[in-house]
Amino acid sequence: MFDETAVRSHFPMIQNHPDLVYLDNAATAFKSDHMIQVVNDFYLRGTSNVHRGDYGLSIKASNDFDHVRDIVKDFIHAKSSKEIVFTSGASQSLNWIAYSYGLNHLKKDDVILTTEAEHASNILPWFKVCEATGAKIEYIPMQNDGSIHMDDFKNAMHDKVKIFAIAYVSNVLGVVQPLKQMIQIAHEYGAITVIDAAQAVPHMPVDVRDLDCDYLAFSGHKLGAAGGSGVLYGKYDLLENNDPPLYGGGSNARFDLCGNILLKHAPFKYEAGTPNVEGVLSLGAAIEFLQSIGMENIFEHEKQLKRYAVQRLQPLTHVHLYNATSESGLITFNVDGIFAQDVASYLNRHNIAVRSGNHCAKILVEIIGTSETVRASCYLYNTKADIDRLVDALTDITLEKCIEAAMV
Amino acid sequence: MSIFDDKAIARDIIMDNYQNPHNKKTLDKENTQSKHMASDSCIDDITVYMHFEGETIDDVSFNGIGCTISTASTSILTDLIKGKTKQEAKTIIHNYMDMLDEKPYDPHLLQEAVIFKDISKSANRIHCATIGWRGAAALLGEKIDE
Ligand SMILES: Cc1ncc(COP(=O)(O)O)c(C=O)c1O
Repeated sequence: MFDETAVRSHFPMIQNHPDLVYLDNAATAFKSDHMIQVVNDFYLRGTSNVHRGDYGLSIKASNDFDHVRDIVKDFIHAKSSKEIVFTSGASQSLNWIAYSYGLNHLKKDDVILTTEAEHASNILPWFKVCEATGAKIEYIPMQNDGSIHMDDFKNAMHDKVKIFAIAYVSNVLGVVQPLKQMIQIAHEYGAITVIDAAQAVPHMPVDVRDLDCDYLAFSGHKLGAAGGSGVLYGKYDLLENNDPPLYGGGSNARFDLCGNILLKHAPFKYEAGTPNVEGVLSLGAAIEFLQSIGMENIFEHEKQLKRYAVQRLQPLTHVHLYNATSESGLITFNVDGIFAQDVASYLNRHNIAVRSGNHCAKILVEIIGTSETVRASCYLYNTKADIDRLVDALTDITLEKCIEAAMV
Repeated sequence: MSIFDDKAIARDIIMDNYQNPHNKKTLDKENTQSKHMASDSCIDDITVYMHFEGETIDDVSFNGIGCTISTASTSILTDLIKGKTKQEAKTIIHNYMDMLDEKPYDPHLLQEAVIFKDISKSANRIHCATIGWRGAAALLGEKIDE
Protein backbone atom coordinates (compact mmCIF):
# COMPACT_ATOMS: atom_id res chain seq x y z
CA MET A 1 0.00 0.00 0.00
CA PHE A 2 2.70 2.42 1.03
CA ASP A 3 6.15 2.13 2.41
CA GLU A 4 5.73 2.38 6.19
CA THR A 5 9.39 3.02 6.83
CA ALA A 6 9.47 5.82 4.29
CA VAL A 7 6.36 7.42 5.78
CA ARG A 8 7.81 7.20 9.29
CA SER A 9 11.05 8.79 8.17
CA HIS A 10 9.10 11.99 7.39
CA PHE A 11 8.01 12.47 10.99
CA PRO A 12 10.70 13.99 13.22
CA MET A 13 8.70 13.13 16.36
CA ILE A 14 9.13 9.47 15.47
CA GLN A 15 12.83 9.90 14.73
CA ASN A 16 13.31 11.78 18.00
CA HIS A 17 11.42 9.24 20.11
CA PRO A 18 12.38 5.89 18.63
CA ASP A 19 11.01 4.02 21.63
CA LEU A 20 7.68 5.80 21.88
CA VAL A 21 4.47 4.17 20.72
CA TYR A 22 2.17 7.08 20.00
CA LEU A 23 -1.46 6.01 19.95
CA ASP A 24 -3.19 9.26 20.80
CA ASN A 25 -3.76 10.44 17.27
CA ALA A 26 -7.41 11.18 17.83
CA ALA A 27 -6.18 13.94 20.16
CA THR A 28 -3.53 15.32 17.85
CA ALA A 29 -1.21 14.13 15.12
CA PHE A 30 2.54 14.36 14.59
CA LYS A 31 3.86 16.81 12.02
CA SER A 32 5.68 15.89 8.81
CA ASP A 33 9.05 17.37 7.87
CA HIS A 34 7.34 18.86 4.81
CA MET A 35 4.89 20.83 6.93
CA ILE A 36 7.61 21.92 9.37
CA GLN A 37 9.71 23.12 6.47
CA VAL A 38 6.89 25.22 5.05
CA VAL A 39 6.21 26.90 8.39
CA ASN A 40 9.92 27.36 9.02
CA ASP A 41 10.34 29.00 5.65
CA PHE A 42 7.54 31.39 6.40
CA TYR A 43 9.22 32.37 9.67
CA LEU A 44 12.74 32.50 8.31
CA ARG A 45 12.15 33.98 4.89
CA GLY A 46 8.50 34.75 4.24
CA THR A 47 7.00 36.59 7.22
CA SER A 48 4.43 39.25 6.37
CA ASN A 49 0.72 39.85 6.59
CA VAL A 50 -1.68 38.85 3.84
CA HIS A 51 -3.92 40.96 1.63
CA ARG A 52 -2.52 44.18 3.03
CA GLY A 53 0.79 44.91 1.40
CA ASP A 54 1.99 46.18 -1.92
CA TYR A 55 5.38 44.58 -1.64
CA GLY A 56 6.82 41.31 -2.75
CA LEU A 57 6.77 39.44 0.56
CA SER A 58 3.15 40.18 1.25
CA ILE A 59 2.12 39.36 -2.28
CA LYS A 60 3.83 35.99 -2.02
CA ALA A 61 2.31 35.28 1.41
CA SER A 62 -1.13 36.25 0.08
CA ASN A 63 -0.78 34.00 -2.94
CA ASP A 64 0.41 31.06 -0.86
CA PHE A 65 -2.38 31.66 1.63
CA ASP A 66 -5.05 31.81 -1.09
CA HIS A 67 -3.62 28.71 -2.70
CA VAL A 68 -4.38 26.71 0.46
CA ARG A 69 -8.06 27.42 -0.08
CA ASP A 70 -7.75 25.60 -3.40
CA ILE A 71 -5.86 22.75 -1.79
CA VAL A 72 -8.60 22.33 0.82
CA LYS A 73 -11.32 22.65 -1.81
CA ASP A 74 -9.79 19.81 -3.84
CA PHE A 75 -9.10 17.75 -0.73
CA ILE A 76 -12.74 17.68 0.40
CA HIS A 77 -14.14 18.06 -3.13
CA ALA A 78 -15.95 21.32 -2.56
CA LYS A 79 -17.44 23.07 -5.55
CA SER A 80 -15.55 26.28 -5.02
CA SER A 81 -12.74 27.57 -2.84
CA LYS A 82 -15.18 30.29 -1.77
CA GLU A 83 -16.85 27.62 0.34
CA ILE A 84 -13.74 27.24 2.49
CA VAL A 85 -13.49 29.42 5.61
CA PHE A 86 -10.31 29.26 7.68
CA THR A 87 -10.90 28.94 11.41
CA SER A 88 -8.87 27.97 14.45
CA GLY A 89 -10.21 24.41 14.45
CA ALA A 90 -13.30 22.23 14.50
CA SER A 91 -14.52 23.81 17.73
CA GLN A 92 -14.52 27.29 16.25
CA SER A 93 -16.08 26.06 13.01
CA LEU A 94 -18.94 24.38 14.84
CA ASN A 95 -19.51 27.44 17.01
CA TRP A 96 -19.50 29.60 13.90
CA ILE A 97 -22.25 27.48 12.37
CA ALA A 98 -24.30 27.59 15.57
CA TYR A 99 -23.93 31.35 15.95
CA SER A 100 -24.23 32.34 12.35
CA TYR A 101 -26.90 29.97 11.08
CA GLY A 102 -28.44 28.47 14.23
CA LEU A 103 -29.06 31.63 16.22
CA ASN A 104 -30.61 33.42 13.29
CA HIS A 105 -32.87 30.73 11.92
CA LEU A 106 -34.12 28.67 14.83
CA LYS A 107 -37.30 29.51 16.66
CA LYS A 108 -39.10 28.26 19.71
CA ASP A 109 -39.91 24.52 19.51
CA ASP A 110 -37.68 23.94 16.49
CA VAL A 111 -35.52 20.86 16.91
CA ILE A 112 -31.81 20.20 16.59
CA LEU A 113 -31.36 16.49 16.01
CA THR A 114 -28.08 14.96 17.14
CA THR A 115 -26.65 11.97 19.03
CA GLU A 116 -25.51 11.30 22.57
CA ALA A 117 -21.99 10.56 21.39
CA GLU A 118 -21.04 13.99 20.14
CA HIS A 119 -17.88 15.76 21.15
CA ALA A 120 -18.55 18.74 23.46
CA SER A 121 -17.75 21.04 20.55
CA ASN A 122 -20.72 19.72 18.61
CA ILE A 123 -23.18 19.87 21.47
CA LEU A 124 -22.45 22.81 23.76
CA PRO A 125 -22.89 25.41 20.98
CA TRP A 126 -26.30 23.86 20.25
CA PHE A 127 -27.23 24.06 23.94
CA LYS A 128 -26.50 27.78 23.74
CA VAL A 129 -28.61 28.13 20.59
CA CYS A 130 -31.49 26.42 22.38
CA GLU A 131 -31.09 28.69 25.38
CA ALA A 132 -31.31 31.76 23.15
CA THR A 133 -34.06 30.65 20.77
CA GLY A 134 -36.25 28.22 22.70
CA ALA A 135 -35.38 25.45 20.27
CA LYS A 136 -34.73 22.01 21.74
CA ILE A 137 -32.38 19.10 21.22
CA GLU A 138 -33.45 15.58 20.38
CA TYR A 139 -31.22 12.52 20.26
CA ILE A 140 -31.25 9.71 17.75
CA PRO A 141 -31.28 6.32 19.50
CA MET A 142 -27.88 4.69 19.26
CA GLN A 143 -26.72 1.07 19.53
CA ASN A 144 -24.15 0.35 22.20
CA ASP A 145 -21.41 -0.01 19.61
CA GLY A 146 -22.10 3.56 18.50
CA SER A 147 -23.90 2.67 15.29
CA ILE A 148 -27.28 4.04 14.30
CA HIS A 149 -29.99 2.00 12.64
CA MET A 150 -31.37 3.79 9.62
CA ASP A 151 -34.91 3.07 10.80
CA ASP A 152 -34.18 4.74 14.13
CA PHE A 153 -32.85 7.70 12.23
CA LYS A 154 -35.90 7.90 10.00
CA ASN A 155 -38.18 7.72 13.01
CA ALA A 156 -36.26 10.49 14.71
CA MET A 157 -36.65 12.85 11.75
CA HIS A 158 -39.73 15.05 11.57
CA ASP A 159 -40.84 18.44 10.25
CA LYS A 160 -39.68 20.37 13.30
CA VAL A 161 -36.09 19.26 12.83
CA LYS A 162 -34.29 22.26 11.39
CA ILE A 163 -30.72 21.18 12.04
CA PHE A 164 -29.20 17.74 11.95
CA ALA A 165 -25.74 17.85 13.55
CA ILE A 166 -23.57 14.74 13.83
CA ALA A 167 -19.99 13.50 13.92
CA TYR A 168 -18.98 11.68 10.73
CA VAL A 169 -16.71 9.50 12.87
CA SER A 170 -17.23 9.42 16.63
CA ASN A 171 -14.18 10.26 18.71
CA VAL A 172 -15.08 7.60 21.27
CA LEU A 173 -16.11 4.56 19.25
CA GLY A 174 -14.88 5.37 15.76
CA VAL A 175 -18.05 4.39 13.96
CA VAL A 176 -18.25 5.82 10.44
CA GLN A 177 -21.86 6.94 10.09
CA PRO A 178 -23.74 6.31 6.83
CA LEU A 179 -24.05 10.02 6.28
CA LYS A 180 -24.96 10.15 2.65
CA GLN A 181 -28.27 8.46 3.21
CA MET A 182 -28.94 10.33 6.46
CA ILE A 183 -28.27 13.68 4.82
CA GLN A 184 -30.59 12.86 1.98
CA ILE A 185 -33.37 12.00 4.40
CA ALA A 186 -32.69 15.11 6.50
CA HIS A 187 -32.96 17.23 3.35
CA GLU A 188 -36.32 15.70 2.51
CA TYR A 189 -37.53 17.24 5.76
CA GLY A 190 -35.88 20.54 4.94
CA ALA A 191 -33.23 20.33 7.67
CA ILE A 192 -29.75 21.83 7.39
CA THR A 193 -26.99 19.28 7.94
CA VAL A 194 -23.92 19.98 10.03
CA ILE A 195 -21.08 17.48 9.95
CA ASP A 196 -18.36 17.35 12.60
CA ALA A 197 -15.62 15.74 10.54
CA ALA A 198 -12.77 16.26 13.03
CA GLN A 199 -12.14 12.50 13.23
CA ALA A 200 -12.96 11.82 9.58
CA VAL A 201 -11.05 14.23 7.36
CA PRO A 202 -7.61 13.22 8.69
CA HIS A 203 -8.23 9.53 8.12
CA MET A 204 -10.42 8.86 5.11
CA PRO A 205 -11.53 10.34 1.80
CA VAL A 206 -14.25 12.93 2.42
CA ASP A 207 -16.34 14.33 -0.41
CA VAL A 208 -18.67 17.12 0.61
CA ARG A 209 -20.42 17.21 -2.75
CA ASP A 210 -21.11 13.51 -2.74
CA LEU A 211 -22.36 13.74 0.86
CA ASP A 212 -24.29 16.88 -0.04
CA CYS A 213 -23.82 18.20 3.52
CA ASP A 214 -24.54 21.88 4.15
CA TYR A 215 -21.78 22.57 6.64
CA LEU A 216 -18.71 20.57 7.66
CA ALA A 217 -16.00 21.25 10.24
CA PHE A 218 -12.51 19.90 10.87
CA SER A 219 -9.24 20.75 12.61
CA GLY A 220 -5.81 21.09 11.05
CA HIS A 221 -3.77 19.78 13.97
CA LYS A 222 -5.39 16.35 13.82
CA LEU A 223 -4.12 15.88 10.26
CA GLY A 224 -0.60 17.10 10.88
CA ALA A 225 -0.99 20.86 10.50
CA ALA A 226 -0.07 23.39 13.18
CA GLY A 227 -2.35 23.95 16.15
CA GLY A 228 -4.90 26.70 15.70
CA SER A 229 -5.75 25.96 12.10
CA GLY A 230 -9.03 24.56 10.90
CA VAL A 231 -11.75 24.69 8.32
CA LEU A 232 -15.40 25.54 8.12
CA TYR A 233 -16.93 24.32 4.88
CA GLY A 234 -20.32 25.69 3.95
CA LYS A 235 -22.35 25.63 0.77
CA TYR A 236 -21.76 29.00 -0.81
CA ASP A 237 -25.30 30.34 -0.55
CA LEU A 238 -25.51 29.47 3.12
CA LEU A 239 -22.22 31.20 3.83
CA GLU A 240 -23.13 34.19 1.71
CA ASN A 241 -26.68 34.61 3.03
CA ASN A 242 -25.79 34.48 6.71
CA ASP A 243 -23.92 36.89 8.92
CA PRO A 244 -20.64 36.08 10.61
CA PRO A 245 -20.47 35.93 14.40
CA LEU A 246 -17.37 38.16 14.53
CA TYR A 247 -16.65 41.51 12.98
CA GLY A 248 -13.44 43.38 12.33
CA GLY A 249 -10.70 44.20 9.91
CA GLY A 250 -10.39 42.14 6.78
CA SER A 251 -14.01 41.01 6.68
CA ASN A 252 -15.59 44.30 5.57
CA ALA A 253 -15.32 46.08 2.28
CA ARG A 254 -16.20 49.45 3.81
CA PHE A 255 -18.16 51.03 6.62
CA ASP A 256 -19.21 54.54 7.63
CA LEU A 257 -19.64 56.46 10.85
CA CYS A 258 -23.40 55.88 10.91
CA GLY A 259 -22.71 52.20 11.47
CA ASN A 260 -23.41 50.98 7.96
CA ILE A 261 -21.22 48.02 7.20
CA LEU A 262 -20.69 46.51 3.83
CA LEU A 263 -19.33 43.05 4.40
CA LYS A 264 -17.11 41.27 1.95
CA HIS A 265 -18.48 38.20 0.27
CA ALA A 266 -18.04 34.70 1.67
CA PRO A 267 -15.67 33.27 2.74
CA PHE A 268 -13.84 36.49 3.63
CA LYS A 269 -16.62 37.96 5.72
CA TYR A 270 -16.09 35.12 8.18
CA GLU A 271 -12.41 35.87 8.57
CA ALA A 272 -12.23 39.10 10.54
CA GLY A 273 -8.81 39.98 11.87
CA THR A 274 -5.35 38.94 10.77
CA PRO A 275 -5.59 35.26 9.99
CA ASN A 276 -3.31 32.54 11.28
CA VAL A 277 -1.19 32.74 8.15
CA GLU A 278 1.42 30.19 9.20
CA GLY A 279 -1.34 27.89 10.44
CA VAL A 280 -3.10 28.04 7.09
CA LEU A 281 0.17 27.44 5.22
CA SER A 282 0.83 24.46 7.47
CA LEU A 283 -2.64 23.14 6.68
CA GLY A 284 -1.88 23.25 2.98
CA ALA A 285 1.42 21.48 3.50
CA ALA A 286 -0.07 18.81 5.77
CA ILE A 287 -2.81 18.08 3.25
CA GLU A 288 -0.30 17.86 0.42
CA PHE A 289 1.64 15.34 2.44
CA LEU A 290 -1.45 13.18 3.05
CA GLN A 291 -2.37 13.42 -0.63
CA SER A 292 1.07 12.22 -1.62
CA ILE A 293 0.25 9.00 0.26
CA GLY A 294 -3.42 8.90 -0.72
CA MET A 295 -6.41 9.06 1.62
CA GLU A 296 -7.70 5.69 0.42
CA ASN A 297 -4.38 4.15 1.38
CA ILE A 298 -4.31 5.83 4.76
CA PHE A 299 -7.82 4.66 5.57
CA GLU A 300 -7.02 1.13 4.43
CA HIS A 301 -3.84 1.12 6.56
CA GLU A 302 -5.76 2.22 9.66
CA LYS A 303 -8.51 -0.31 9.06
CA GLN A 304 -5.90 -3.05 8.86
CA LEU A 305 -4.28 -1.91 12.10
CA LYS A 306 -7.66 -1.86 13.77
CA ARG A 307 -8.51 -5.37 12.59
CA TYR A 308 -5.10 -6.59 13.70
CA ALA A 309 -5.53 -5.01 17.13
CA VAL A 310 -8.98 -6.53 17.55
CA GLN A 311 -7.72 -9.94 16.51
CA ARG A 312 -4.86 -9.75 19.02
CA LEU A 313 -6.90 -8.23 21.86
CA GLN A 314 -9.92 -10.48 21.63
CA PRO A 315 -8.21 -13.50 23.22
CA LEU A 316 -7.35 -11.40 26.29
CA THR A 317 -10.27 -12.15 28.57
CA HIS A 318 -9.44 -9.31 30.96
CA VAL A 319 -9.67 -6.70 28.19
CA HIS A 320 -13.11 -5.41 27.33
CA LEU A 321 -13.33 -3.96 23.81
CA TYR A 322 -16.18 -1.54 23.14
CA ASN A 323 -15.81 -1.09 19.41
CA ALA A 324 -14.48 -4.26 17.82
CA THR A 325 -16.69 -3.73 14.79
CA SER A 326 -16.15 -0.07 13.94
CA GLU A 327 -13.90 0.47 10.94
CA SER A 328 -11.67 3.37 11.84
CA GLY A 329 -8.40 3.09 13.74
CA LEU A 330 -9.84 3.75 17.18
CA ILE A 331 -9.56 1.06 19.81
CA THR A 332 -11.66 1.74 22.88
CA PHE A 333 -11.34 -0.60 25.84
CA ASN A 334 -11.11 -1.18 29.56
CA VAL A 335 -9.19 -3.68 31.62
CA ASP A 336 -11.37 -5.53 34.11
CA GLY A 337 -10.96 -4.22 37.62
CA ILE A 338 -8.51 -1.46 36.71
CA PHE A 339 -9.54 2.15 36.36
CA ALA A 340 -8.91 3.61 32.89
CA GLN A 341 -6.53 6.23 34.15
CA ASP A 342 -4.44 3.62 35.94
CA VAL A 343 -4.25 1.61 32.72
CA ALA A 344 -3.10 4.67 30.80
CA SER A 345 -0.48 5.51 33.43
CA TYR A 346 0.78 1.96 33.31
CA LEU A 347 1.04 2.06 29.52
CA ASN A 348 2.87 5.36 29.86
CA ARG A 349 5.50 3.54 31.94
CA HIS A 350 5.91 1.29 28.91
CA ASN A 351 6.29 4.35 26.70
CA ILE A 352 2.91 3.86 25.08
CA ALA A 353 0.83 7.00 24.79
CA VAL A 354 -2.94 6.49 24.96
CA ARG A 355 -5.77 8.55 26.32
CA SER A 356 -7.96 7.73 29.27
CA GLY A 357 -11.13 9.55 30.01
CA ASN A 358 -14.58 10.16 28.85
CA HIS A 359 -13.18 11.85 25.79
CA CYS A 360 -15.42 14.87 26.16
CA ALA A 361 -18.41 12.80 25.08
CA LYS A 362 -19.84 12.99 28.55
CA ILE A 363 -23.29 11.67 27.78
CA LEU A 364 -22.00 8.45 26.33
CA VAL A 365 -22.11 6.73 29.71
CA GLU A 366 -25.70 5.86 29.12
CA ILE A 367 -24.91 4.16 25.84
CA ILE A 368 -21.82 2.08 26.49
CA GLY A 369 -22.46 1.67 30.18
CA THR A 370 -19.18 2.97 31.50
CA SER A 371 -18.08 6.41 32.52
CA GLU A 372 -14.52 6.05 31.35
CA THR A 373 -12.47 4.16 28.81
CA VAL A 374 -8.97 3.91 27.45
CA ARG A 375 -8.61 4.91 23.81
CA ALA A 376 -5.77 3.98 21.50
CA SER A 377 -5.98 5.72 18.14
CA CYS A 378 -3.89 5.05 15.05
CA TYR A 379 -2.63 7.13 12.20
CA LEU A 380 -0.72 6.53 9.00
CA TYR A 381 2.65 6.22 10.72
CA ASN A 382 1.58 3.54 13.20
CA THR A 383 2.59 -0.04 12.58
CA LYS A 384 1.68 -3.55 13.62
CA ALA A 385 4.73 -3.41 15.86
CA ASP A 386 3.05 -0.54 17.75
CA ILE A 387 -0.06 -2.67 18.22
CA ASP A 388 2.14 -5.55 19.39
CA ARG A 389 3.70 -3.34 22.05
CA LEU A 390 0.24 -2.30 23.23
CA VAL A 391 -1.07 -5.85 23.30
CA ASP A 392 2.05 -7.17 25.05
CA ALA A 393 1.75 -4.56 27.78
CA LEU A 394 -1.93 -5.37 28.21
CA THR A 395 -1.30 -9.09 28.24
CA ASP A 396 0.30 -9.09 31.65
CA ILE A 397 -1.17 -5.98 33.18
CA THR A 398 -2.38 -6.39 36.77
CA LEU A 399 -3.68 -3.99 39.37
CA GLU A 400 -0.51 -4.58 41.43
CA LYS A 401 1.67 -3.57 38.51
CA CYS A 402 -0.39 -0.47 37.85
CA ILE A 403 -0.02 0.64 41.45
CA GLU A 404 3.70 -0.09 41.42
CA ALA A 405 4.00 1.96 38.24
CA ALA A 406 2.34 4.87 40.00
CA MET A 407 4.70 4.57 42.97
CA VAL A 408 8.06 4.93 41.25
CA MET B 1 12.78 3.01 58.49
CA SER B 2 9.07 2.36 58.87
CA ILE B 3 7.19 -0.59 57.44
CA PHE B 4 5.44 1.88 55.15
CA ASP B 5 8.71 2.42 53.31
CA ASP B 6 8.43 -1.11 52.02
CA LYS B 7 7.13 -0.84 48.46
CA ALA B 8 5.29 -4.14 48.57
CA ILE B 9 3.47 -3.17 51.74
CA ALA B 10 2.62 0.23 50.29
CA ARG B 11 1.25 -1.45 47.20
CA ASP B 12 -0.87 -3.84 49.21
CA ILE B 13 -2.31 -1.04 51.31
CA ILE B 14 -3.29 0.86 48.16
CA MET B 15 -4.76 -2.29 46.60
CA ASP B 16 -6.75 -2.96 49.71
CA ASN B 17 -8.08 0.57 50.01
CA TYR B 18 -8.96 0.63 46.31
CA GLN B 19 -10.76 -2.69 46.25
CA ASN B 20 -12.43 -2.25 49.63
CA PRO B 21 -12.47 1.48 50.22
CA HIS B 22 -13.33 2.61 53.75
CA ASN B 23 -16.18 5.02 54.34
CA LYS B 24 -17.19 4.99 50.69
CA LYS B 25 -20.81 6.01 50.85
CA THR B 26 -23.02 9.05 50.69
CA LEU B 27 -23.66 10.51 54.17
CA ASP B 28 -27.28 11.42 54.54
CA LYS B 29 -27.40 12.52 58.16
CA GLU B 30 -29.03 15.87 58.72
CA ASN B 31 -26.63 18.84 58.48
CA THR B 32 -24.05 16.86 56.56
CA GLN B 33 -21.74 19.07 54.55
CA SER B 34 -20.39 17.99 51.21
CA LYS B 35 -17.85 19.09 48.66
CA HIS B 36 -17.87 17.89 45.07
CA MET B 37 -14.43 17.54 43.52
CA ALA B 38 -13.99 17.05 39.79
CA SER B 39 -11.42 18.31 37.43
CA ASP B 40 -11.21 18.97 33.75
CA SER B 41 -7.78 17.38 33.52
CA CYS B 42 -8.71 13.92 34.76
CA ILE B 43 -11.69 11.71 35.24
CA ASP B 44 -11.75 11.51 39.03
CA ASP B 45 -15.08 12.79 40.21
CA ILE B 46 -15.75 12.43 43.93
CA THR B 47 -17.71 14.05 46.70
CA VAL B 48 -16.46 14.28 50.29
CA TYR B 49 -19.01 14.36 53.10
CA MET B 50 -18.51 15.53 56.71
CA HIS B 51 -20.71 15.65 59.71
CA PHE B 52 -19.67 17.71 62.72
CA GLU B 53 -20.52 17.42 66.36
CA GLY B 54 -19.33 20.74 67.75
CA GLU B 55 -15.66 21.00 66.79
CA THR B 56 -15.33 17.29 66.14
CA ILE B 57 -15.63 15.48 62.82
CA ASP B 58 -17.97 12.82 64.01
CA ASP B 59 -18.41 11.24 60.60
CA VAL B 60 -16.70 11.52 57.24
CA SER B 61 -17.13 9.64 53.96
CA PHE B 62 -16.72 9.94 50.20
CA ASN B 63 -18.37 8.67 47.07
CA GLY B 64 -17.92 8.83 43.32
CA ILE B 65 -15.53 7.60 40.66
CA GLY B 66 -11.79 7.57 41.07
CA CYS B 67 -8.58 5.85 40.08
CA THR B 68 -6.60 3.64 42.46
CA ILE B 69 -4.59 6.51 43.85
CA SER B 70 -7.50 8.90 44.43
CA THR B 71 -9.73 6.21 45.89
CA ALA B 72 -7.08 4.77 48.19
CA SER B 73 -5.77 8.14 49.35
CA THR B 74 -9.27 9.38 50.14
CA SER B 75 -10.16 6.14 51.91
CA ILE B 76 -7.08 6.48 54.12
CA LEU B 77 -7.87 10.13 54.74
CA THR B 78 -11.33 9.32 56.07
CA ASP B 79 -9.88 6.80 58.53
CA LEU B 80 -7.32 9.32 59.71
CA ILE B 81 -9.61 12.25 60.41
CA LYS B 82 -12.74 10.54 61.66
CA GLY B 83 -13.25 11.52 65.30
CA LYS B 84 -10.57 14.22 65.17
CA THR B 85 -11.21 17.87 65.88
CA LYS B 86 -11.31 20.27 62.96
CA GLN B 87 -7.96 21.70 64.02
CA GLU B 88 -6.33 18.27 64.27
CA ALA B 89 -7.67 17.32 60.87
CA LYS B 90 -6.34 20.52 59.32
CA THR B 91 -2.91 19.83 60.76
CA ILE B 92 -2.94 16.30 59.31
CA ILE B 93 -3.96 17.58 55.88
CA HIS B 94 -1.24 20.26 55.93
CA ASN B 95 1.38 17.68 56.82
CA TYR B 96 0.22 15.51 53.95
CA MET B 97 0.41 18.37 51.49
CA ASP B 98 3.87 19.26 52.80
CA MET B 99 4.96 15.66 52.28
CA LEU B 100 3.84 15.79 48.66
CA ASP B 101 5.60 19.14 48.26
CA GLU B 102 8.77 17.42 49.52
CA LYS B 103 8.84 19.67 52.57
CA PRO B 104 9.40 18.53 56.18
CA TYR B 105 6.39 16.75 57.72
CA ASP B 106 5.52 14.61 60.70
CA PRO B 107 5.14 10.97 59.61
CA HIS B 108 3.48 10.02 62.92
CA LEU B 109 0.53 12.25 62.15
CA LEU B 110 0.10 10.70 58.72
CA GLN B 111 0.45 7.04 59.63
CA GLU B 112 -0.42 4.90 56.56
CA ALA B 113 -0.82 7.97 54.38
CA VAL B 114 2.97 8.22 54.15
CA ILE B 115 2.83 5.53 51.48
CA PHE B 116 1.91 8.28 49.02
CA LYS B 117 5.13 10.20 49.49
CA ASP B 118 6.67 8.91 46.25
CA ILE B 119 3.70 10.17 44.30
CA SER B 120 5.35 13.59 44.40
CA LYS B 121 7.65 12.20 41.71
CA SER B 122 4.76 11.47 39.31
CA ALA B 123 3.49 14.94 38.58
CA ASN B 124 0.42 13.66 36.78
CA ARG B 125 -0.72 11.62 39.78
CA ILE B 126 -0.35 14.27 42.51
CA HIS B 127 -3.78 15.47 41.56
CA CYS B 128 -5.15 11.98 42.24
CA ALA B 129 -3.38 11.71 45.58
CA THR B 130 -4.79 15.01 46.79
CA ILE B 131 -8.28 15.30 45.35
CA GLY B 132 -10.07 13.95 48.42
CA TRP B 133 -7.71 15.78 50.76
CA ARG B 134 -8.40 19.09 49.08
CA GLY B 135 -12.12 18.38 49.31
CA ALA B 136 -11.81 17.71 53.03
CA ALA B 137 -9.74 20.86 53.51
CA ALA B 138 -12.46 22.87 51.79
CA LEU B 139 -15.07 21.48 54.19
CA LEU B 140 -12.83 22.57 57.04
CA GLY B 141 -12.72 26.08 55.64
CA GLU B 142 -9.24 25.87 54.14
CA LYS B 143 -8.47 26.44 50.51
CA ILE B 144 -5.57 24.41 49.18
CA ASP B 145 -4.32 25.20 45.71
CA GLU B 146 -3.28 22.39 43.45
C1 LIG C 1 -15.24 14.48 17.03
C2 LIG C 1 -14.54 15.73 17.43
N1 LIG C 1 -15.13 16.92 17.21
C3 LIG C 1 -14.55 18.08 17.54
C4 LIG C 1 -13.30 18.12 18.13
C5 LIG C 1 -12.72 19.43 18.50
O1 LIG C 1 -11.55 19.69 17.81
P1 LIG C 1 -10.60 20.90 18.23
O2 LIG C 1 -10.31 20.71 19.66
O3 LIG C 1 -9.40 20.75 17.37
O4 LIG C 1 -11.36 22.17 17.95
C6 LIG C 1 -12.64 16.92 18.37
C7 LIG C 1 -11.31 16.92 19.03
O5 LIG C 1 -11.01 16.23 19.94
C8 LIG C 1 -13.27 15.70 18.02
O6 LIG C 1 -12.68 14.51 18.25
